[in-house]
Amino acid sequence: MTYLDHAATTPMLPAALAAMTEQLARVGNASSLHASGREARRVAEQSRERLAEALGARPSEVLFTGGGTEGDNLAVKGMFWARRAADQRRRRIVVSPAEHHAVLDSVEWLEKHDDAEVTWLQVAPTGRVTPAALAEALGDGTDVAVASVMWANNEIGAVSDVAALAATAHAVGVPLHTDAVQAVGQLQVDFAASGVDALTMTGHKLGGPMGAGALLLRRDAECTPLLHGGGQERDVRSGTLDVAAIVGLTVATTTSVAERAERTARIAALRDRLVAGVVEQVPDAELNGPPLDDVVAGGPGRLPGNAHLSFPGAQGDALLMLLDARGIECSTGSACSAGVARPSHVLLATGADPDRARSSLRFSLGHTSTGADVEAVLEVVAPVVERARRAGTGRR
Amino acid sequence: MRVLAAMSGGVDSAVAAALAVDAGHEVTGIHLALSPDRQTLRSGARGCCSVEDANDARRVADELGIPFYVWDLADRFREDVVDDFVAEYAAGRTPNPCLRCNEKIKFAAVLDRARALGFDAVVTGHHARLADGELRRSVDAAKDQSYVLGVLTAGQLAGAIFPLGWMTKERVRAIAAERGFAVATKPDSHDICFIPDGDTRGFLSRRLGVQPGPVVDAATGRTVGEHAGTHGFTIGQRRGLGIDTADQRPRYVLSIEPVTRTVTVGTAEQSEVDEVVTGPPTWTGPEPGLPLAALVQLRAHGTPAPCQVTAVESGGLRITLDERQRGVAPGQSAVLYAPDAERGDRVLGQGAVLRAGERQRSVHS
Repeated sequence: MTYLDHAATTPMLPAALAAMTEQLARVGNASSLHASGREARRVAEQSRERLAEALGARPSEVLFTGGGTEGDNLAVKGMFWARRAADQRRRRIVVSPAEHHAVLDSVEWLEKHDDAEVTWLQVAPTGRVTPAALAEALGDGTDVAVASVMWANNEIGAVSDVAALAATAHAVGVPLHTDAVQAVGQLQVDFAASGVDALTMTGHKLGGPMGAGALLLRRDAECTPLLHGGGQERDVRSGTLDVAAIVGLTVATTTSVAERAERTARIAALRDRLVAGVVEQVPDAELNGPPLDDVVAGGPGRLPGNAHLSFPGAQGDALLMLLDARGIECSTGSACSAGVARPSHVLLATGADPDRARSSLRFSLGHTSTGADVEAVLEVVAPVVERARRAGTGRR
Repeated sequence: MRVLAAMSGGVDSAVAAALAVDAGHEVTGIHLALSPDRQTLRSGARGCCSVEDANDARRVADELGIPFYVWDLADRFREDVVDDFVAEYAAGRTPNPCLRCNEKIKFAAVLDRARALGFDAVVTGHHARLADGELRRSVDAAKDQSYVLGVLTAGQLAGAIFPLGWMTKERVRAIAAERGFAVATKPDSHDICFIPDGDTRGFLSRRLGVQPGPVVDAATGRTVGEHAGTHGFTIGQRRGLGIDTADQRPRYVLSIEPVTRTVTVGTAEQSEVDEVVTGPPTWTGPEPGLPLAALVQLRAHGTPAPCQVTAVESGGLRITLDERQRGVAPGQSAVLYAPDAERGDRVLGQGAVLRAGERQRSVHS
């Protein structure tokens, strides 16, 4: 099997699996006062410190969550509610249309149910949001509750200059949340240096367990809770700490961050070979998103493991099915309700036409990817594309 | 063979897919997303287009260990089935959308795509027997779906597999239960899948608007009622006419005239016909020679009746009924069967009913 869908989820790192399994066998509620509880709390807090250190945050800024969707919901809704409660004029949310649905649907929910007003940011053809686009959308900022721009896009890999965006938002007194689910472990992510007020990350995209993540939230950022209860996590996220998951998340993150430079250089080289090989075999294939060697703020302008290509005249879901039958696992974009293939909202936001969006495939490489994976794709891509083209685009 | 199992989320297609796996085929499951606004939950027992139905189908596919995908055919379905359904009613005819879906979607759009992608056939949970290129009624007469498959051509049938035609519905449910499929007890769908609340008249009114007109009694020529749109009626309809006739005898819809919006009703005797003219026929196999003695079924769940079939100049068929019938509606399909006592009725082909009426009789003096 050739697994090239690391942006969906990635195999657990052996060290994370071992640490998590060991912790799972132990009893103890981190909120309990007795010895077992104290030991669980020690493990959780030690994890918090290590995670914070790996990401350039202070331990008190780490709120453990159930993953990326929860982090995005908590940041967007919580900061909107808190900022509007402090000043009723702040009804506006400034957000990129290329965000993950966890952000988009949160924003749309607030618009529908909570009187929020949404300003959609202009997205560059590469998928990037520029500080100029953000500045224009913010205006003088007095009516803006929160802005949200993802660090790196999950579909087409576009990296934005988050530090510059944070500075732009702060210049008019607006807090910035960033969804860094794809960025952590693939790019250099330093929470303090970025200046953002809130950052969502999750474990299973970097070799940790599913259902475990963190929201990094500055001490001075106001955020109304979604979950009420035992008052854990600065009273912003109640719920018994899942200590084993936290350990798995932390070991995966620290390992992934420590080995990042070496691993991503290797993955980017494989990705470049994959794209070059595909384009050689299917000359009219088109790369979506930023150029492979793009640079932003001194770092990669595109996620090192991301290859997102359109194959004109073929449908993405036909390509996916044919590759799946040959043991190659990839994606047509982010998974969608009931598995219905819709044209990617990310590509549409970059100005791509719906046919190009429907004809796209995402290969995402990660820590277990090898040259053999790339060769496996190159061996079958030409006949697969040819066959998918025979099936047409499904339209008259 | 490499086969594509069309899985609606119901028990029939689940068992059909399972039997295809058992038969040694390399099976891939697909669910057809046909509705543009997919409902999250089924309303009642009806429909096959909800997200829940897709999940039911996926659940079975995962249990069978076969790949499963959702194919979005909402645009094609809207054009070829839903819009056609509305246009037919607007023209005063009574369409059969299941037949149209088999003709244009399942055994055209889906089968063509499947073949292009390297599959040999599409397997479905239809209750009909297909062997050696011959299409026959299911052994379960109550569940037989040969009528809505009668429109398929030999080329289409060559790419179809119907594993359920040799068993009763009861047996299908038993197989599903033995295999632990959660859909084993899922209720049958009865209505039109894109009208989940079953209110066809309401659906058509929303699409076509209120278009009032008179209901005229053929016996007296008098207007006996008003209606809100001719699309609320079908030929042979007796209930819900909203009329008041002096004699209180039952009336049946005789004709629907969409231009003047006139619905004409008459007595039982007046509603009987013995001749049906169809459009150009399709044949499930080699074209039979005409004239032909056959059985004809004039609506889903209708009773097959002996008839003589001849050609008409326009390229259609003239079907002369041995015995008079009521309620023959233009737009329905006249499906012809060859009586075959030993192996069950064989489907020959069909033509869409254009008009029905009185046979031209030679005058004896």
